[in-house]
Parts: sequence; C-alpha cells; structure tokens
Amino acid sequence: MSRFQVILRGVVLAIGALAFLFPFYYMIIGSLQTAPDATVAGAFPNPSNITGENYVNINSRINLFTGIVNSGIFTGGVLLCTMVFGILVGYALAVLQWRGRGMTFALVILVQVVPFQLLMIPLYVLIARDYGLTDNYLGMILPFAINSTAVVIFRQFFLQLPKELFEAARIDGASELKLLWRIGIPLARPAIITGVLLTFIGPWNEFLWPFLITKDASKQPLAVSLANYISNVAASTANPFGATLAGAVVLAVPVVVLFIVFQRYFISSDLGSGVKG
Amino acid sequence: MSTATARRAGVTLPPGGGMRHRIFGRNPLGLLFSAPYLVFVILIFAYPLGYAVWIAFHDFFFAAPGAQVDRPFVGLENFVTALTDPAVLRSFVNVGIFLVINVPLTVVLSMLLATALNRVVHLRAFLRVAFYVPYVSASVAVVAVWLFLFNGGGLVNSILGPLAPDPSWLINSAWAMPTIAIFVTWKQLGFYILLYLSALQNVPKELYESASTDGAGAVRQFWSVTVPGVRPATVLVLLVSTITGANLFTEPYLLTGGGGPDGASASPVLLMYQKGLQQGQPDVASAIGVVLVIGVLIIAFIQNRLVGRED
Repeated sequence: MSRFQVILRGVVLAIGALAFLFPFYYMIIGSLQTAPDATVAGAFPNPSNITGENYVNINSRINLFTGIVNSGIFTGGVLLCTMVFGILVGYALAVLQWRGRGMTFALVILVQVVPFQLLMIPLYVLIARDYGLTDNYLGMILPFAINSTAVVIFRQFFLQLPKELFEAARIDGASELKLLWRIGIPLARPAIITGVLLTFIGPWNEFLWPFLITKDASKQPLAVSLANYISNVAASTANPFGATLAGAVVLAVPVVVLFIVFQRYFISSDLGSGVKG
Repeated sequence: MSTATARRAGVTLPPGGGMRHRIFGRNPLGLLFSAPYLVFVILIFAYPLGYAVWIAFHDFFFAAPGAQVDRPFVGLENFVTALTDPAVLRSFVNVGIFLVINVPLTVVLSMLLATALNRVVHLRAFLRVAFYVPYVSASVAVVAVWLFLFNGGGLVNSILGPLAPDPSWLINSAWAMPTIAIFVTWKQLGFYILLYLSALQNVPKELYESASTDGAGAVRQFWSVTVPGVRPATVLVLLVSTITGANLFTEPYLLTGGGGPDGASASPVLLMYQKGLQQGQPDVASAIGVVLVIGVLIIAFIQNRLVGRED
C-alpha cells in the first residue's frame, strides 16, 4: 500500500470511530448539564453548567434501582436458561450421535431467521391472555429463554475439542453428564463467556416484548420505564434532555463496561461461526 | 433410559439395546439433552407461527381467559381490511423507503470499515470496540441521545445553521424516515463489521499477492478480490439487515413519537401494535404480519438470486 492509502485508511477509521463514539460522549455530557446547551461549545465540559441533578430527577420519576433489578432478573433468567439448556443441546449436537440430530441443528439455524413481528400477536395472546403472565418475570423471559445463536456457538466449540478426550473418559465409565461437567464445560469457558455476552444484550436492551407484557411500573425493566418516560413525561419537565440522558447513561453503562472488559471474547471468529452455523 | 446403558452406549452397543439404538441412534441421551430446547422451539416458535396464520384467517378478538367464544373462519377479510387501510399501505411504503436507504448503506459502510480495520495492527482492539458499542447498547438509550442531537435546537442543527431542514429532521415528513434509516444503520453497523471481519479471514492471502503481481492497485484489489471473496457474508448481511429492518418498531415509536409526523414514519410493526393491542384487532394485526413476512421472503429471494449466485 502506498503512503497515501495508509493515511486514507487511517482517516476513514478515525471518522468511523468518532461517529460511533461521539454520541456516547455527548450522552454523558448532556446528562451532566444544568441547562441543555446544544451549541457547539456545549459539547465540551463547562464547569459552570455541570450538575448531578438530572440523575436525581430521573430517579424520582422512574425508580432506577427497581428498573435495574427488573432488567437484571429478566436478563438473569434468560442467561440461566441459555447456559443450562443451551449448553446441553450444544453438547448433544456436537458430541453425541442420535437420531434427529441433523434436524435439530437445522431448527437451531432456522429459528434465528424467524421474524419476531409474526410471533408478536400470537405470543401476546398465549402468554398475556391465556397463561395470564402479564407483569410476570416468567412471561418476560419465556420468548427469549434459550438463545439459539449461543447454542450454535457452544456446538461449534464442542466440535473443535478432540474426540479422544471424551472417548477416553467414556471407557473409564464416566456418564455423559459427568463428561460434560468435568471436561466439556471447563474447556468451553471462552465459548461460554462469548455466549453470555451475546445473550446478555438481548433481554437487557429489549424494548418491544417487555413493553407489551408489563403494565405495572414496578415490574418494568429499565428500557421500558425509560421509554415510557421519553414518550409521556419528558416533554413536560424543565430540562427534558438532561433527565432522559441520565437514564440513558444508567441503561447503557453496564453493557458497555461488560463489553470493554471482555472484549477479547467478542471477536469476529466466534460471532461469524455463531451466525453462519 | 438408565444411565448405566447410556454410559456404555458411547463405546459398544449393549446387548439387547439394538432395537432402541435403531430407533434413537447410537446415543439416545442426545435427544434427552435436546428435549428442553425442542420443547422451547415448539412452544415459542412453531406453535405461535401456525397460530399467527390461523388468527389472520379468523375473526379473532380478545376474550376473557377460559371463555368459550366463537371465532369463525373469515377467509381473506382481515387481509382486505388491512390492505385497504391507507395507514397500513403508508407503513409498507415507509418500510420500503427505510430498506432502500438502510440496506445498501449497511453493506457498503460495513464492508469498507471492515476492510480498513482488517489491515490495522495498532489500536485494533480499541477500534473494534468503538465500532460495536452502538450495537451492544440499548436502542432506548441511544434514541435519547439522537433526540438531543436532532431536535429543532439540537447540536446538528446548530452546526448546520441555515442548512438545517425546516421543520427539523424528526418532525419533517420528508426527513423523518431517512433519519430513522440512518440511525438504525449507525446502530447496527458494528455487528455487520464483525461479520465482514470474520469473512475477510477466509479470503486467501495468495489472491491479493497474485493480484498485486499483476499490477492491481488497492482499489482494483478491493473490487476483484475482496468483494467476491466476502460474497457469502454479503448474502448474510443483506438477509439479516432486511429482517431487522422489517422488524422496525422502537425507533419510530420513540424517535418520531409514534410514527409521526402524521404517519410519515410509521412502520408495519408499529401499526400491528396499534391495531392489534391498542385497538383490539389482533386478527388484522396478524394479517399485516403475514403480509410483511411474505414481503421479506420475496425480497430475500431476489437478493439471493442477485448476489448469492456463484459466477
């Protein structure tokens, strides 16, 4: 590559990084402003216009702690189901020989392209109306319970492990469950972390489904209560952007921190295999 | 099945177990391990999918749980109701505008940024994280910042000055949908960059070398080696971004206050929510969903014929 091209590439990447990161920087700046300052100067921290008041305001309108706890229970339930049942099916698909294996794997792939919009009405009828699970954590968790992309990642990882590892232990008389617990899971730790990261962003960020299924504010995940604040309350407050952005920071920070800390487990190769199968 | 036989099953066929193995395969435990997932898929995907189609063809309304109500078959009536509603037709046009802007922009930008990122040695991890931060963040959170940036007196307009559209972006019927399309492109791009990065690892280095010896410059190499080399990923990116786009709900609901101005940014899924759950017409909403999915399937088929074909 010529020198010009190297520079051009650097410029493209820098503009990209700026376009992706600036709104997050601006989210924090905006959440700390006493009065919203949308001028260019307002994009820089101004000591005379900094306050933590917005965080207090949003917390008095929507209980941030309750929202985080609800989001946490929703996300935790999905993670638990995905880790237990997803690893089991991933192991069965990669290591065990059984009738129906090929069809099950085809299902895992197919499920990932089923559009949620077609499921929205029947799931609402079934879960909210027939089973009466409105304002119920189980009703929130059910449609997301097992993340199929994570299943593919687990399967892909178990496939890469040498078969001899399992055969030797089987000859020693270990049960399949023991093999999975003693050999499979300890070795699969990187795949499990990737699976956790990928699964976490689903329910934590999900808006539509919990919005449909929760009417009681004390059961709403943070994304839903913040959205309700944006669409119903914000316009009637003194500093609508400040409080909204403070809520946005609280919603975004846990995920962003998680992905920065574990960034090396969220790389293209894991994800590529997960989506392509 | 007992653990004792299953344990041996992996090694040798236990005496007398031949019949069972012929039915369930060498290791029937696999089916047991997969059972919870299979039950989940049947309950959450297979049955509701069939139910959605059933609802679309019947006179369906919400009734008290347990109540015995008559829900007669009405043929295509719900589809006629949906497709003769100007608001519904408008929402399909809107999502069409959305896809025409969002899908090509997504493919071009993510391919370019992934190619640029692929050759980087320094700051690689930082750039990768920077690129996918919007993707992993909640739509609701980033919508808040876009509202701040793109409102009438926001930073974008104060930079543009007299060039700013009037009325402002999100309340301008010509600009609302394109602004949403650009928002979603920005939000999802990181995911597609990762897909392309993964695909780029599979393009043989020798191809670049031989292209280079043949005197091809960087631009030529991009067109004749990179673009064909990542074609499977392009097919996937087209499919996923089309499905994601057809699912559009949160952005028109929050960014433009429920598909405004005057329905100019309403999406079919937003209409399904309004008709089905707010106005109590789940049958009409289901019909919209069926039409939308058929539309997505047709688009995906065309994309596959145009891009997926090996030549």
